[in-house]
Amino acid sequence: MSELEHYTLTINGEDRHVSDAWIGESLLYVLRERLGLPGSKGACEQGECGSCTVYVDNAAVCSCLIMAATAVGTQIATVEGLNQDGSLTDVQQAFVSEGAVQCGFCTPGLVMAVHHLLDHNETPNEQEIKEALSGNICRCTGYGRIFAAVDSVISIRKSTAS
Amino acid sequence: MTITKTQRDILGSSALRPDGVSKVQGDFAFSSDLHAENMLWGATLRSPHPYARIISIDLSGAWKIAGVECVITAEDVPGQLTYGLISEDQPVFAKDFVRYMGEPVAAVAADHPETCRRALAAIVVVYEVLTPLTNPEHAIDEAREPIHPDGNIIRRQQIIHGDVNATAPIVVEGTYDIGMQDQAFLGTESALAIPDHDGAGIEVFVATQWLHEDRKQMAKCLALPEEKVRLVLGGVGGAFGAREDISLQVHTALLAMRTSRPVKMQYGREESFFGHVHRHPAQIWMRHHANTDGRIVKIEARFVFDGGAYSSTSSAVLINGVTHTQGPYQCPNAIVDGYAVRTNNPPCGAMRGFGVVQACFAHEGQMDKLAVATGIDEVEIRLRNIIHTGDTMITGQVLESVAPLERCIRETAAMPLPREMEAHPHELDLPGGSGRTADRRNIVRGIGWGVSMKNLMYSEGFDDYSTARCTLTNGSVELKFATSEVGQGFVTLAPQIARSVLGVDNVTYDTIDTQIGSAGSTSASRQTWMSGGAVDGACRMVRERLFEHVGALHGIDPLRLAIDDTDVVDTIGSLRITVQEASTNFTVSETFEYHHRPTQDLDDNGQGNCHVAFAFVAHRAVVDVDVELGLVKVVQIATAQDVGRVLNPMSVIGQIEGGIAQGLGLAVMEEIIVTNGIVRNPSFTDYLLPTALDAPQVLISMIEEPDPQAPMGAKGVGEAPCISVTPAIVAAIRNATGKSIDRCPVRPQDICF
Repeated sequence: MSELEHYTLTINGEDRHVSDAWIGESLLYVLRERLGLPGSKGACEQGECGSCTVYVDNAAVCSCLIMAATAVGTQIATVEGLNQDGSLTDVQQAFVSEGAVQCGFCTPGLVMAVHHLLDHNETPNEQEIKEALSGNICRCTGYGRIFAAVDSVISIRKSTAS
Repeated sequence: MTITKTQRDILGSSALRPDGVSKVQGDFAFSSDLHAENMLWGATLRSPHPYARIISIDLSGAWKIAGVECVITAEDVPGQLTYGLISEDQPVFAKDFVRYMGEPVAAVAADHPETCRRALAAIVVVYEVLTPLTNPEHAIDEAREPIHPDGNIIRRQQIIHGDVNATAPIVVEGTYDIGMQDQAFLGTESALAIPDHDGAGIEVFVATQWLHEDRKQMAKCLALPEEKVRLVLGGVGGAFGAREDISLQVHTALLAMRTSRPVKMQYGREESFFGHVHRHPAQIWMRHHANTDGRIVKIEARFVFDGGAYSSTSSAVLINGVTHTQGPYQCPNAIVDGYAVRTNNPPCGAMRGFGVVQACFAHEGQMDKLAVATGIDEVEIRLRNIIHTGDTMITGQVLESVAPLERCIRETAAMPLPREMEAHPHELDLPGGSGRTADRRNIVRGIGWGVSMKNLMYSEGFDDYSTARCTLTNGSVELKFATSEVGQGFVTLAPQIARSVLGVDNVTYDTIDTQIGSAGSTSASRQTWMSGGAVDGACRMVRERLFEHVGALHGIDPLRLAIDDTDVVDTIGSLRITVQEASTNFTVSETFEYHHRPTQDLDDNGQGNCHVAFAFVAHRAVVDVDVELGLVKVVQIATAQDVGRVLNPMSVIGQIEGGIAQGLGLAVMEEIIVTNGIVRNPSFTDYLLPTALDAPQVLISMIEEPDPQAPMGAKGVGEAPCISVTPAIVAAIRNATGKSIDRCPVRPQDICF
């Protein structure tokens, strides 16, 4: 292709250079295929399923809907950046312990969505949890164990705080 | 539900997934995450028409695009031009005709997905568009010329049982329509094919349900010996039946062989809707004859399954449907006629529940009609008719499985009902959700029931065995199997089995690939039974060898030895040493092939011992319906499921909750809309799936009555949850609205008009 671009994205606090990219590439594509960050998953390419959830300037967004080249100058955070020392966050640990993971394809996006919810609301009620996660489709679990994981994080954080 | 953690991750514990940590971190390699040096991307050109003659294909435009390395059509298939699971009637690429919208016509390999897209757009196919056959009844009545050389009827099966002239005072009948559901796994089809350096073979990493079956079909089409086609399971993002047929396997491999470069193919969501088979839409007529006490005397039924353009597993789906006509109820007399037919609609095949979902929707509708006609309540009418171990089914087969159906129903009925809706509910608790569309005053609550039985494993004489190898050395075990892990958790269960049998804690599993015998498909609720049985058998053989080794060292008859926790003990002596110590500097490896008991074909009258075993389940649904707008919110599902024995409580709960969500989808939202052969909603924007806001409260009871035929006593739990929940929800909608609704999914217009 003739129309190739070069630009720099800031991802998980690091500047990452993108070279010889087609201008039409989505942020999801660039993360996965050019920058070696496959944690964000593509399942619908329409912003319906939330599997590709990342934070752009602290807003949770579907990276499949954003042209990568338009994200220059923003702070991008992906699932790989949640805990760069390789340990699990409390949300990740709860997903594992409570059985919220089956096939796992939706999981990174859901982990991002749950962190985002709890960063903005420490004690969400049932409706607030369901609404916050309603942009993330999980086909395996029926959501029951995912709710259990969220509840577990909230109660552990509460007991640690008190 | 509280999940108790035990000390060791043995059978019965809620052992955690070994791949859980990598999945939450985004490290787990799904097939779509795989890369290879110098890799090309592949893409498929598909027919826009449901039925057309191909006049010409001009590839020259695609070849001219920089970055395009390969363009192939049917002309380039070196081996067999068609493939299929049961009947090899589906072309790798359409040659003379396209028979459904989305049928593959050509494929390209190029340096970038966008180059592929442009190359596909540059291929010129001239079609003579034909009138599609889309009404399944026209496939049966032979008013139309066959649309395929194999004919328009894929299979017909009748069941004639008992006194066909029997009748009874109460007669109820209905015609039920079940829509076309999509499996909608999240990880779309993907594969990475890497050709051997000598060009004489290929390695393919693919998300599939059955590696060995894929290999068999691929080898034929690629004209390679099977041993030259090596398949490795790429991480699988859900399956639910949609990966039972091959999709992009041959295309990817062929592009890689032609270019001598690795090729990756990955469907987008829209392509995925065209790239795999769906749940059969079906129309089922049933007439039940019953005595005034509610007892069924005879059932008449007619099934029509629309198989779409190619046969896939339609013939087996048909058999599952017609043999489950009676549901989990006694029925001495039956006349059933069933068809699976070919049309120019999308091909249909396996989806969780496999023909029984459709049958259950009809027989449960009938049970409710019978309840009304006899004045007996819907729980009692079911209890009066339930089938028991030892009863003869309409196929003449005697039900040998443990059948704790009465417990399933009674324990479900005993679960608490949800609170009444508040006077001023939160808008998210209203049908329709946010935006204040529904009005509290128009909301009516309803309760409905569904009860079902489902066959486990493959049927009709098929020997779907499974193979596993266990290697014990220095207190550690490595397992090897070809069982597709699609999310269900076999990789959690297999080590649990080894820990229980061998008293070790450190258990790993080798790459899942074709370097061992077949495990059969991850479908038909069969892997816990079949591959679980294979792992259990291999571990038991290793245990025997370990006992011989310990016995020889200590001068003890090996028959006296047993495993106690993590020790080898002499049951009538004092020896007690750890398995770790007993296996130091000792290596033993055994391979075991597990076969279920043989089954038989059905005869022309549908008689024969065709199924291996059955599992049972009851569902009670509570719904709120806005009767003005036709909106439904499923409030609660209560369920008691016959599981045989719980091997991992958390995994079983996950299967039950997940299955219920899929059954809820079929009840109120999920349908592939097909008009004149054209698919109208191939996207997650237009094909609606249950979200967190649609998830009802789920109350679960796991009924444990170990089945003596099952290895470890455990029945498969994957399919039962999604079968009778759909009719239960639709019955609850009928109960709320008073409308006679005999189709699913239920749409607003079915409630309002």
